[in-house]
Amino acid sequence: MPVTGEEIQLILNVIRDTQAVEIDCDVCLMQVGEFAEDRLAGKPIAEGLKAIEQHLLICPECREEFEALCEAMNALENPES
Amino acid sequence: MVRDRDNDEWIKSLQAEGPIRESALSDLRELLFVGLKSALKSRSDFIDPMLDDFLQDSLIRILEALDQFQNRSRFVTWATAIAIRVALTQLRKRQWRDVSLETLVADTNFEPEAASDELAPDRRELVEAMYHVINTQLTEKQRIVLLAEIKGMAQEEIAAQLGCSRNALYKLSHDARFRLKQELVLVGFDSKSFAAAFNG
Repeated sequence: MPVTGEEIQLILNVIRDTQAVEIDCDVCLMQVGEFAEDRLAGKPIAEGLKAIEQHLLICPECREEFEALCEAMNALENPES
Repeated sequence: MVRDRDNDEWIKSLQAEGPIRESALSDLRELLFVGLKSALKSRSDFIDPMLDDFLQDSLIRILEALDQFQNRSRFVTWATAIAIRVALTQLRKRQWRDVSLETLVADTNFEPEAASDELAPDRRELVEAMYHVINTQLTEKQRIVLLAEIKGMAQEEIAAQLGCSRNALYKLSHDARFRLKQELVLVGFDSKSFAAAFNG
């Protein structure tokens, strides 16, 4: 079975966002908390966290974990809601 | 009542022994319980009874990684990120445990003519060039990883079936993506042309 049009677009999207030097999932895990706190505080992305932003574009699993972390932080900040 | 602490106090308490450590572990467990429950609510394969195992494994992983905490965020945020990695990794493993990587990729291929009908003529050239690079410039392992990833297979499961670590898998995937990008740029395509081959 050939790959679908949607799957081809997925490949093209990650190729577009691929950089020569990238961080891996373990480095992302250690720094994603800082990235999430800044994001939830509405701060611009610090230069030192651009690699996290790029990794989240490329890696769907780390992106899912980041979104889940934002949910968790909201729940911890507002336990009543 | 659960007590939050500043970062230094969390680290010192968790590295201590006796009641101070037990109290910190108990409070951290409570906070992770609230965080994980909310973090996982959108997963249809998550049910509450799984939480105990997730929390137990998360606390072990957090204690093992304490010396990697760089004080760049709140300690609880950092610990919650680890707990989410632990929990989602286990859910993804369950989801993919009966799927053979070999079968998954054997059923799929990059046939140059396959997507042509869906494409505007000016974009067919890009997809054909991409297929050419995939079929002639990537290794068999790189092609397998590329296919498995676009099928959404869990990285832990791909790595396990290939017999490598998640980070080694990431490097394999990065090398494939970067090679593909380099080759396409060499023949005249740019980021703009990658953006919307199928979206008009």
